[in-house]
Amino acid sequence: MDLENPNAIRVRGITNSFGDQLVHDNLDLDVHNGEILGVVGGSGTGKSVLMRTIIGLQQPQAGSIEIFGELMTGADPETELDLRRRWGVMFQGGALFSTLTVAENVQVPLREFYPDLGPKLMDEIAAYKVLMAGLPANAGPKYPAELSGGMKKRAGLARALALDPQLLFLDEPTAGLDPISAAAFDSLVRSLSRTLGLTVFLITHDLDTLYATCDRVAVLADHKVIAIGTLPELLVSDHPWIQQYFNGPRGRAAMAAVDRHPAKEA
Amino acid sequence: MTGMADFVEDSGAHGLTVRLSGRLTLADLGDFPRRLEGLSASPAEIDLSGVDRIDTVGAWIVQQLAERTGARLTGASADAKRLMDLVRAAETEVRVRPDRPSPAIRVIGEIGEATLLSFKTLVGLISFFGEILIASWSLIRNPRRLRMNAVVHRFELVGVKALGIIGLMSFLIGIVIAQQGAVQLEQFGAEVLTVNLIGRITTRELGVLMTAIMVAGRSGSAFAAQIGTMKLTEEIDAMRTIGVSPIEALVIPRMLAAIVLMPLLGFYAALVAIFGGGLFCWVSLEIPPITFVQRLQEVIPLTDLWVGLLKAPVFGAIIAMTGCFQGMQVSGNAEEVGLRTTSAVVQAIFLVIVLDAFFAVFFTQIGWI
Repeated sequence: MDLENPNAIRVRGITNSFGDQLVHDNLDLDVHNGEILGVVGGSGTGKSVLMRTIIGLQQPQAGSIEIFGELMTGADPETELDLRRRWGVMFQGGALFSTLTVAENVQVPLREFYPDLGPKLMDEIAAYKVLMAGLPANAGPKYPAELSGGMKKRAGLARALALDPQLLFLDEPTAGLDPISAAAFDSLVRSLSRTLGLTVFLITHDLDTLYATCDRVAVLADHKVIAIGTLPELLVSDHPWIQQYFNGPRGRAAMAAVDRHPAKEA
Repeated sequence: MTGMADFVEDSGAHGLTVRLSGRLTLADLGDFPRRLEGLSASPAEIDLSGVDRIDTVGAWIVQQLAERTGARLTGASADAKRLMDLVRAAETEVRVRPDRPSPAIRVIGEIGEATLLSFKTLVGLISFFGEILIASWSLIRNPRRLRMNAVVHRFELVGVKALGIIGLMSFLIGIVIAQQGAVQLEQFGAEVLTVNLIGRITTRELGVLMTAIMVAGRSGSAFAAQIGTMKLTEEIDAMRTIGVSPIEALVIPRMLAAIVLMPLLGFYAALVAIFGGGLFCWVSLEIPPITFVQRLQEVIPLTDLWVGLLKAPVFGAIIAMTGCFQGMQVSGNAEEVGLRTTSAVVQAIFLVIVLDAFFAVFFTQIGWI
């Protein structure tokens, strides 16, 4: 969209640590406009911490973060608020507000940022967002406690899409889903990102998700992004962790699945 | 860059044309939807060629207008077409809130639910008590199965760590009783009876009762929260599959701790309250400590102490039982732990006070006045 600025997110020199434990050390990362970037790494390599840092839930000890060309670190509250309405975040468990129905959950960001939309339009927007996220129509008036794990994730996605964001953060969207729902979620994310022109920052452990949805993949290890690129580029890397990850039994199985169904790539 | 979402009406030969312009995005809508509602006539054509950005909200509004009026869409960019297809596909009636029954029916329904719930709780408590008795019997036959470590650990949490707060509370209550009693008794010139008041009310009633309320708040809630959390994380199911009885491992140690420690804490609370009252008598009423203690010996019958000490273990058992029972009832989500913890404390205090009333009548009837 912005020709002068090809990167939706630009992270430079981020350092994070908890007590003695160093999580990120001078980490750099670029997310291009309109791409789906998968972020992978072993447990405890700070994938979620990186996301929390980018969306401003956590203050890094050093480094800078630019989103849509605007400096996020140390920004004044107004700039930050302005940026916040341009992204949506889906947390691992959905993080729905338990006292509100699914549709009301979707309306929360709308009410917060655009209170004078009018109740009718607000209800209509919530309704089509719920359906767009792949939920059945009768899920609208349900409370989060009545939903299954997969539906909670979809409701979380609907809320993340409420403001028509340009940038979407997804934290392990397919973790804990059965393979059929996970595959459906993958294609949902892919088609939404293509239709809405979304940039997606996607944390995952799921190799199938990487093959099915991501344009590029960033690998987190040794407190840094050790490699970033398309899957074929990563496959030829000689870093031992990347080799184990993609050429291990599960990695090969996921790759074989793509080879069996090459139509998915189209 | 052009500005906010806007439109002009243009009436030509084929009827009204609405020409949209600007950014049809959520951030730039302003009062656009409301003005669009007030169109002078139903348009025959909607022209989107002036639109330079559109999102799903804009597409939705345009789509709805076109559908309502049957107008033709012209000049839509590829983006706009794609988005309008997307929202058209997602067009189904979706309710936002569940149906609410009328207030009258709701009130009746809530009363019914509450009644059912209290019966269920009562039955549940009694069957839980039965389970505890069965587990106790098997422990009595097999005393080596009793987890002494767990019991001692509970002793510390329920008793030793509560000494500070219970002492402070009792001390202040002693002072308040002495001060309020003195003000009233002064009117009859009977300030010296303040000693009777302090001595008897603390040993007989307040020492144990206030301790029970404090233990319910401190330990009853902790029992419910701990066991409830263990229920959520499936620890209790894991115990059962390994063959460990959760009643034996979790409930009995807590019950024992509460039963053994309540009399000790109650006695301690009564002592501290008497100390507080005595201090007030000395400072304010000028009754020297020696006289105070002598009077206490004269006016407090030994039965008063027994009344307090006999009630205490029963209260302890009630508190531990409701705490553990409510913890065991947790299912579903973390919110439930909070709700169950609250009801554990409320029920424990309520039951303690009801039982206290029974005890009061009972002890008076058997002549321990």
